[in-house]
Amino acid sequence: MIKFLIKGLIRDRNRSMFPILTVTVGVSLTVLIHCWVTGIFSDMIDVNARFSTGHVKIMSQSYLENIDQSPNDLALMNAEDIIAEAESIFSDMNFTTRIRFGGLLDAPDENGETRSQGTVMGLGIDLFSTNSGEIDRMNIQTSLMAGEIPNESGEILISKEFADNLEVKLGDPVTLISSTMYGSMAMQNFTVVGMVEFGMSAMDRGAIIIDLADAQYALDMVDAASEIVGYFDDGIYEDEQAQLVVKDYNARFLDVTDEFSPIMQSLRQQNQLDAMLSYSEAMIGIIVFIFVLAMSIVLWNAGLLGGIRRYGEYGLRLAIGENKGHVFRSMISESVAIGIAGSFIGSIIGLGFALYLQVYGFDVSQFTQKTTMMIPNVYRAHITPVAYYIGFVPGLFSTVLGTALSGIGIYRRKTADLFKELET
Amino acid sequence: MEKSSIIEINNLIKRFPVGGGFFTALDDINLSFSKGEFTGIVGPSGSGKTTLLNILGSLDVPTEGEATVLDKKISTLSHKQAAQLRNGHIGFIFQTYNLLPVYTVYENVEFPLLLLKMPAREREKAVQEAIEWVGLTDKIKSKPAQLSGGESQRVAIARAMVKKPELVLADEPTANLDSENSHHILRTMEKLNNDLNTTFIFATHDEKVMSYLKRIIRLEDGQVVKDDWMELKEAAS
Repeated sequence: MIKFLIKGLIRDRNRSMFPILTVTVGVSLTVLIHCWVTGIFSDMIDVNARFSTGHVKIMSQSYLENIDQSPNDLALMNAEDIIAEAESIFSDMNFTTRIRFGGLLDAPDENGETRSQGTVMGLGIDLFSTNSGEIDRMNIQTSLMAGEIPNESGEILISKEFADNLEVKLGDPVTLISSTMYGSMAMQNFTVVGMVEFGMSAMDRGAIIIDLADAQYALDMVDAASEIVGYFDDGIYEDEQAQLVVKDYNARFLDVTDEFSPIMQSLRQQNQLDAMLSYSEAMIGIIVFIFVLAMSIVLWNAGLLGGIRRYGEYGLRLAIGENKGHVFRSMISESVAIGIAGSFIGSIIGLGFALYLQVYGFDVSQFTQKTTMMIPNVYRAHITPVAYYIGFVPGLFSTVLGTALSGIGIYRRKTADLFKELET
Repeated sequence: MEKSSIIEINNLIKRFPVGGGFFTALDDINLSFSKGEFTGIVGPSGSGKTTLLNILGSLDVPTEGEATVLDKKISTLSHKQAAQLRNGHIGFIFQTYNLLPVYTVYENVEFPLLLLKMPAREREKAVQEAIEWVGLTDKIKSKPAQLSGGESQRVAIARAMVKKPELVLADEPTANLDSENSHHILRTMEKLNNDLNTTFIFATHDEKVMSYLKRIIRLEDGQVVKDDWMELKEAAS
């Protein structure tokens, strides 16, 4: 009997191919939307974590209060000791020093006079230590559009867009004009060795990157740090774990009476990411819920209509002597088979498109040119473990539910009424 | 020769709700059918023929009174018991053939035996035999769409007869057929009636069918207005 029903299912395209196609389309869209929405928000969080907030960040309390101004006069002292202490307590994390600074970058002509000049957002990071991980973390190698990464003191990376604006070429000397942490003027010459494009308008407009030691020297910040960022070893931000780390660290080191005592904040607590994270979590939930619900209704209807369309056949089968329970069970079995097949194919297709968008992304740079937020220029999908099964919710559950509802009609309608469907 | 009764209908009334009231489709029917009958229930549209056939086929239940088919009281049967009765003992033939379009002739005829869980070898033999009865051996692998109306109805007859039921209920079996095919079908059913002693009950208003019937029950407005035994009439004349 099972073989007989499978034969019918395969031969009747209205019962097999078209429902499977409907389920496949619905499921692939569900999977793709889930990955896409998740990807957009994860990218924003990831970019912030890599370039700005870390998974956790240690600053002085007063620096935190004025963080928008990058006030290096309020920087942390004894950064090495602070890192050593933090790493000894939180062994599954690594910490690194960063110096943020603002200033002017001056490009001189052949006579040493100013040829062009522009304001910069500078970043001093550990480029030379083999275990710092900063080059990978900031994707500097892949963001390098020309030249190379600095490998000795006095070399500088500048954003390609900024270099074009200043008409600076590789090998050109540039002068950084800024202020030391003690408030006096700082001037330091560098040689442009590389040009980068991070794919974030906020960075690409005027970012420069120099080695941490060069920044400390230029800004008179020996063993000082604007901020110390910490990352979990697996590179994945876990909010709950981060909150525990923050709580533990602050309990040990925070002294509210000393404005220079270190304070730790999690990613969620910085850059208004608390609202962003809550918003993103809610939005992912809402968007995915609405889409799953919409697809569920579509597939439920498909199942329902598929069942109702076959009332005549059911009437015949009942007349021949099949009992209602058997007819109902065979309907459900068919819809389970269709739901599984459609969900499986749809998930593969949806994941395929999601993978494409994860690798190549969707360029929105023309819409983000003026933004100061740390948001990527290319939005990418993100395939999460949930993506592997979320399509089965509308694909299997709704299809079977729709079929089950149409099947209830078999029980509620008199056999003779179903039988009459034969004549219509 | 005394024939054993396989259907007893006593004071049967069937009403359908219509608007706020009821429409009486069958009104106080009392009939008895014996094994091997070749009987037609005739009458104009709306006279209650199909309703009576549905009750005899355990597809519907009486509002009042009782119909006993093969010792089973229709009104007391559960869905499952009614299905068992139809599956084991009753064959249906419809005006519109109602073959399952995606299955071959063989598979359509095989279907009732699958429900009976008949072993494969036995099933194959029975299907071949039923297809031979209706003369469609050469069409065994054809799909319904490849058959003429007459051939389709012959497949429907084979499907109804393959399990050798005691009772076959045929609702306007010739309504969609031309004269030649109608006679072919009727001769096939007449032969099966004679060879297997199967009881055939037709609902029809086709004159061609009536000439084959041994008994004609005329219904009008849900009531039996005439019950003629043609064999007796012929003998008397």
